[in-house]
Amino acid sequence: MRAQRSRQLQGWFFIGPALLFVAVFVLVPLAQLVFTSLTDRSLLGGGRFIGVDNYLRIWRDASFWRALTFTAKYTIVLTPILMGLGYALALLTFDNTPLKRLTRTIVFVPVIIGLSSSSLLWYWLLDEQVGLFNKLLVDLHVLKEPIVWFVSADLAFWAVVISITWKVVGFGLVLFVSGIQSINSDIIEAAIMDGAGYWSRVRLIIVPLTRRILLLTTLVSAIGSMLAFDQFYIMTSGAPRGQTFTAVYWIYQNSFVSFKLGYSSALSVVLTLVILVLAALQIALTVRSEAA
Amino acid sequence: MSASAIASDLGVLTSRRQRRPPPSVYLAVAACVAIMAIMAAPLAFSFLASIESATEASSAPHYLPQSFSLQNYLKVAGYQAGLATYVGNSTLVALMTIVACVALAAPAGYGLARFSIYGKEIAFLVLLAPMMIPYQALLTPLYLDFAKFGLVDSRIGLAIVHTILQLPFSVYLMRNAFEAIPREIEEAAMIDGCSASRRLAYIFLPLAVPGLVTVALFAFINSWNEFLAALIFMNRETSFTVPILLVSVRIGNHGAVDWGALQASVVISIIPCLAVYLALQRYYVSGLLTGAVK
Repeated sequence: MRAQRSRQLQGWFFIGPALLFVAVFVLVPLAQLVFTSLTDRSLLGGGRFIGVDNYLRIWRDASFWRALTFTAKYTIVLTPILMGLGYALALLTFDNTPLKRLTRTIVFVPVIIGLSSSSLLWYWLLDEQVGLFNKLLVDLHVLKEPIVWFVSADLAFWAVVISITWKVVGFGLVLFVSGIQSINSDIIEAAIMDGAGYWSRVRLIIVPLTRRILLLTTLVSAIGSMLAFDQFYIMTSGAPRGQTFTAVYWIYQNSFVSFKLGYSSALSVVLTLVILVLAALQIALTVRSEAA
Repeated sequence: MSASAIASDLGVLTSRRQRRPPPSVYLAVAACVAIMAIMAAPLAFSFLASIESATEASSAPHYLPQSFSLQNYLKVAGYQAGLATYVGNSTLVALMTIVACVALAAPAGYGLARFSIYGKEIAFLVLLAPMMIPYQALLTPLYLDFAKFGLVDSRIGLAIVHTILQLPFSVYLMRNAFEAIPREIEEAAMIDGCSASRRLAYIFLPLAVPGLVTVALFAFINSWNEFLAALIFMNRETSFTVPILLVSVRIGNHGAVDWGALQASVVISIIPCLAVYLALQRYYVSGLLTGAVK
């Protein structure tokens, strides 16, 4: 009995420091965030309790809804591109020949560099005066004349999508390759014996057996896109006319540019709830598939 | 390297199946080569632009540099407080993040993996909380708190934020690493009268080195690259980290973008990540799998 009690204490002794860290630097700030969201706090002070007024204001704030819709559109357009291309690349390169390994390594390199580095790299490539991207497309006769990417919201959106596709397509690739490689080779060989061609093997065996990894990667990727900030801050600065502000960017503007702390806290709470739903889905999927 | 890789790809398939590889093999090889070219081109062009003269880098687009010059790198080296300051800041923040992640996550992972205690799974869920609560949302309260304790414009303050970011993954990974160690080894040590702390230090940690390397690797890369918190917390010219330096170089001193210096600083920011990744690729991929999908 006593031995078991001391074992309990020992266990908590090891977990304690990390729990304390999370309590102090995550849970306390979270409580502060919720509290501040119920006040009219600004840089000048304030902090009067105003109940749910900030949340009612969010409801009527067209700029916020535009930012949230824009972020959702970005996520909905980008995620299928990343997953589709990542999966296609995985199907192409999953067998471990030297060339295919090398291809995977090179496709993955942009994943490990910073978003600020890749965004500035593409900001340069896409520049209308010195950028090589236009020149290359003109030289290849894809374009008749150079595109000015950052004047319209639509073109700026696609400029960011292109750069991010280059940057993170390797993430899905690596996860999908490991999923495909973990399929029991007997199953695939049996299918070949039964005369299944390449595409029916992909459609009937490989895709169904990697569905879990595909779903989880989609969620991880979608959460990342819903929290996009760096690439828009660097490449578009929200321009033109605030049409490319994302949700996080809009919170940043309210907190650290106009210092509406109470209001931005309410925005942060709303964003946290959106992410929480996606993250809960991810964890539920992980736990359920572990039990299976 | 790639030429021999292509040759061996074709070779492997020829010897295995028939004398001539089917056309689909040539197609796959061609696709791989094209994909590698597309993915490597932006980095290659950036590097080439960084080693030409500043005037050429800001002239009409061209594929190959017309001259060789280290002018851009010299400019970045002497930019504002000096490149050494910024690389130093980034390195120190990353090192502190690594130390904090290992110091917190290794014992926590051990406690979670090896002790059957009440409420363990709830504690685990609390430790994973930063994964569900985006740190982007916590930056406002954290900034206000840190301002009171002098942790704004402080490398320690930024390292704390980066540790918040990295801790759930680290705990998850260490728990898995410790759970994979056979119970017999621990039981033998217990019979020998080894205390729990000594078992962690002398038995578990040495066996979990791959896990520790992965934790450190991710902490380094993510801290080195982190942008938003650094943008908010590091406001003084001397406290910038490398990503903030990049943005600052673009703005420059006179309004016009100095493209050569910008590409030089992009190359400098990439090199540490690239070196660490190429050296420890195996750990990176296994960590990614654990973190994202297991």
